Order: sequence, then C-alpha cells, then structure tokens
Amino acid sequence: MPQTLYDKLWQSHVVRTEADGTALLYIDRHLVHEVTSPQAFEGLKLAGRKPWRISSIVATADHNTPTDHWERGIEDPVSRQQVETLDANIREVGALAYFPFKDARQGIVHVVGPENGATLPGMTVVCGDSHTSTHGAFACLAHGIGTSEVEHVMATQCLLQKKMKSMLVRVEGKVGAGVTAKDIVLAIIGKIGTAGGTGYAIEFGGSAIRALSMEGRMTVCNMAIEAGARVGFVAVDDTTIAYLKDRPFSPKGEVWDRAVAYWRTLVSDADAAFDAVIDLDASQIKPQVTWGTSPEMVVAIDGQVPAPEDFADPVKREGVERALQYMGLTPRTPIKHIRVDQVFIGSCTNSRIEDLREAASIAKGRQKASNVRRVLVVPGSGLVKKQAEAEGLDKVFVAAGFEWREPGCSMCLAMNADRLEPGERCASTSNRNFEGRQGNGGRTHLVSPAMAAAAAIAGHFADVRDIL
Amino acid sequence: MRAFTALDGLVAPLDRANVDTDAIIPKQFLKSIKRSGFGPNAFDEWRYLDHGEPGMDNSKRPLNPDFVLNQPRYQGAAILLTRDNFGCGSSREHAPWALEDYGFRALVGTSFADIFYNNSFKNGLLPIKLPAAEIDELFAQVAITPGYRLRIDLAAQTVTRPDGKMLSFDIDPFRKECLLNGWDDIGLTLRHADAIREFEAKRRIEQPWLFN
Ligand code: SF4
Repeated sequence: MPQTLYDKLWQSHVVRTEADGTALLYIDRHLVHEVTSPQAFEGLKLAGRKPWRISSIVATADHNTPTDHWERGIEDPVSRQQVETLDANIREVGALAYFPFKDARQGIVHVVGPENGATLPGMTVVCGDSHTSTHGAFACLAHGIGTSEVEHVMATQCLLQKKMKSMLVRVEGKVGAGVTAKDIVLAIIGKIGTAGGTGYAIEFGGSAIRALSMEGRMTVCNMAIEAGARVGFVAVDDTTIAYLKDRPFSPKGEVWDRAVAYWRTLVSDADAAFDAVIDLDASQIKPQVTWGTSPEMVVAIDGQVPAPEDFADPVKREGVERALQYMGLTPRTPIKHIRVDQVFIGSCTNSRIEDLREAASIAKGRQKASNVRRVLVVPGSGLVKKQAEAEGLDKVFVAAGFEWREPGCSMCLAMNADRLEPGERCASTSNRNFEGRQGNGGRTHLVSPAMAAAAAIAGHFADVRDIL
Repeated sequence: MRAFTALDGLVAPLDRANVDTDAIIPKQFLKSIKRSGFGPNAFDEWRYLDHGEPGMDNSKRPLNPDFVLNQPRYQGAAILLTRDNFGCGSSREHAPWALEDYGFRALVGTSFADIFYNNSFKNGLLPIKLPAAEIDELFAQVAITPGYRLRIDLAAQTVTRPDGKMLSFDIDPFRKECLLNGWDDIGLTLRHADAIREFEAKRRIEQPWLFN
C-alpha cells in the first residue's frame, strides 16, 4: 500500500503498540532548554532513574538569556537560577552537546539543532517546546512535548503517542517578489485557522514549498503549531541533503552515502492517501500582517482591519471584538495606516541567516522612522551572528538605526529584559501575537523579516513590494 | 500521578475560544524550577488589575472584578467550562499545573489543543470533549443557575447535569486506564525496557549515524 511520509516516519519508530493504538515511539534526538526541563531532571532524580541515552541530548540556554551586556551575566536572579540549574543538570547527567549561555554556538534551540547537523532526516525529535515542529523541515517527526514527557523521554527514550490523522497542505505555483515563507505559512493559517490542524500531522508540499530553502521550510514548519498541528514536515530532496553536508554532527564518508540513500526514501509515495488535503495558489499570496491576538487573524498588507459584523459565528465575533479592543484598532483601518512603536526581527521562526539577509536588503541605505522607538535584530544563534557579521549585515542594521543583539529568544516571549511596554505596538517576525506575549499589554503584529524592516523604515506597515 | 475516578464539582464558565497557555500562565512565572505553586497566578493577566511577577504576595493584589473566576459564585470551582481550542500555543506544562493548583480537576469544552490535552492527563486533570450544542447548553444553564454542579464519572464516561440529563464522552482506553489507576507513565513504559533495548540495537545497526 502506498505510504505517506508520516506513515514511514511513524512506522520506523514504533517499539510496541497498545490495544487502543497508543504506541511507544522511539526518540532519536532530545533537545533540552532551561525553561521546561528543571522539573523533569528533578523528577528523574527523585525516582532514582538514569537517563536512557545521553548521546540523544543536545541542550542550550535560550529563553531567559539576555541579548546585550553579556559581560554582566544574567542580572535577573530568577532567570539566572533557571539557567544555572540547566548547567548543573547537564554537568551531572551529560549530553551529546551543550551550548551554555555565552558559548559560541549557543542560541535558540530550534536554530541550533539544524545548523549543527543534530537534526537529521528520518529522526524523531522532541523538545519541551511547541515549536519543535520546526525540525520537520528535515523530514523529521518532531513533537513539542510537556515536561512530564521530557522526563518520560529521558527515562525511557520513548514517547507515548497515538497516530494522528494526516493532512497535506499543497502550495503550488510561484510566489511573487517580496513574498516569503512567512507569508506562505501565515496565509495557510489564515485559511485553515488556528485549530485547523488539531489532531493532524501536516505535510507541506507543492512546488512553492519545494522552491524554498531549508531556512524557509523551517519557517513554515515552525508555525505548524499555530495551525493547531503538533507536527509539520517537508519531504527530503536535494535542498535538504545539500544543507546537511559537512555539518558538525552530520554523518561523514561512507556512512554519509548510506544515510543519503535512506533519506531519499523519505517522501510520500505518489498515490498515498491523506485524511485531508488543502490547496493554496502561491501566486495569490501577498505579504501578510496579523491584526489581532491569534495568528489566524491575518490579512494581506493591502487589506483592512475587519469588523465584528463580518463574522457570523457569535463566539468568533466576540473574539474579534475583544481582539480589536486589546489591539487598540478601529474596524476598516487600512493595514498600511497602522503605526508601530517597536520592531522585532528574531525568534525561531525568522532569525536565520536568510531572514537577516532579507531584512538587511530592505534596511540597506535607509533609516528607521523617528516614531519607531526601537528596532531589535536578534540572531538565532552565535553561528548566525558570526555569519551575519562576516557578511557585514550588522553594519547595515546599525547604520539604519537598528540594534544588533546577542542571540536568544528575546522579545519573542519577553522572558528576558526585551519587551514591549503596555500599549506599545510591534511589527514582529515571531510566531505568536497572543495578549501579553511580548510584554504585558503589548500589541504584536506578525510579519516577515522584510515586512518588519519595511515597517521600521516607514514607521507604519508598508508593502515591501513597493520598496524592492 | 493522582488518580481520577469520579467528581461532583462546581462549574465555572470561561466563555472564550482559543484560550492560550500564555493566558493560562504568563511566561514570567515559567522561571520557577518547581512544579507547584502556580495556582495563584493562573490567568494572572485577566485575574488581577496590576502586573504580576514571581515572588509577589498575590493575596494583596487588586482583583479584576470583571473576570469571571473572581465572581463569588464561582469560588471553589473544580470544573472549568471552556470553548474551542482551549490550551493552544506554548507546550508549557505549567498551564495544567496552574489549573490543577488553582483547584480544577476537570475541563469541559468542545476541543483542546493537542499538547495541552496530553499534558493534562499527565497531571490528573481530565479534559472532556463534548459536542458544541451540548457545550452551548451548559453555558446557558450555568449562567442562570447559581451553584451549578456537574457529576463526572470517568469509568462510565459520563457527565451528569443537575437536571439529570447524562452526556457521554469519548476517551482513549489507554489514557482512561492510566488516569483511573493513577499509573505513572514512566513505570509502565519501563516494563517494556527489553523491547526498547532490542529496537535500539537494531536501529544502531541500520542507521549508525543516529548514534554518534
Ligand atoms: S524563539 Fe520564541 S517561539 Fe521560539 S523557542 Fe524561543 S520563545 Fe519559543
């Protein structure tokens, strides 16, 4: 019977299955960060259990770490304690690799894994973080898990999981200039809604997905969770294999050839059946901007803020009313008239080298608008930072009046000092626009890196296609 | 894990769709390295008028009188009535920890986000999915009935309303068994340690690059 990529990934990891279909899935890679792991390490210790296979663990500190003045260390004592707890736990337990605070390869866990070749096709990848779906770009089965599951994986190298339904999101055609992976995934979420993928594993396919770089595919898979899907992935092709060649943890020599031969099989068979298929026409996708407090509240840059009466469903209508109030927006306002106070370019969605190049191409030779209080550019990792500096991107940003920071999660979730003030409005390349996400009372609009840079320059949302 | 068999509890309604885990427990409280003590900060941004930070004395903070859980009639609620896609967003298990610590033992709604749903079971918190029409009726009844309670029987997979109407719900047999018995997942899985070792040994030969 023809199989989907999901069937193949699933089948190759089942250790055993319960009568009701609950399976014990073997886990190849366990990514660990400071926020969701302390209780798991403690649980393990209290039960007198040892980690099953420490060579599966790759750890880094990212959520709490500051993005400037590293010489001062972590000033917030509570954040410092959490990072030091991770240091101590890894020291005690061990890991394949640990990139602690200030390490040259430290960074956001979902940036660090792939760039070190620690994420390989056909793997099951877990992390106590919902954006673990990012690793699906490499044809991995990558689950975000809770802390109890972090402990479970540490102790048993397995995850209890029921097979999900399968969905194919097919984006065919060519996107126009200025339209990026971020716009594609926001358009997908706008179409299926934030619960549209609940209970599904999403495969992203079609010529527009194939045409994306690995960075772009990571952006798309990253936000599968915003469409409600715990996992999202893309099949292996030449782009995948070219990206992995010569990464630190990628296989070498004869083993590389064997691995590549296997990886080539990680595609859905031609006649494989999906439980749901969603089609999008890439040529119709415009640069996207979210206006509300859920990623599905999204429109094209040439659109307007909607009105509650546009929605028939009373629960939805009420949600829209509440979002408009929180966001301080009036129905029918053209998106381009919305002014921003801060701009954030970063996060595991958009902080890779390509994202920074994209933002720099817009910022080059231009100046941040005077009404924009701050523009933060936060590379996803130490390696991204180094590469960007080698290309002179940091100078482009600084010349435009942007701030060039140290790597980390930063204002994506504002657990460190980088945050919005109450009422401030932000063009952000991150993935969540929930109430308070970037700071208590802060208002987040999700956009691509190019659109974020364009908003920084214009002082309000602007169509990047007019600037190119 | 704490077992869950049956519950007769006061119901509190949270009439919003897409309640995300950032709203259930804001990120500043995630800096804790403990599993307990999150209850006073459940729904912090909606519940209090000021901005909460870890280490504050929550009993001295101004409550938001408009937030439903602050109404006197819902004090002591053990069941939270919710709408679509509850628990979406971040995978933080601090969300079920906070709900449990607040005093909830069960959630009743139309749908739950996948990771949150999973995390709830691991903490003895039972999320129950019912059809939208039944949820609408429950919201309507709670609104007009002070002291509205529901009886939940996990073994029978039923929710009984005060008017006697019985609603049945679906649940995976494996999850149900674990919850009824309060079984520890890790202990259960380790009974299959030999199968895991065998699988791993095979994998090591077939895909050696995964084991460097
Ligand atoms: S960058 Fe944001 S979404 Fe990504 S792991 Fe960090 S906090 Fe989570």
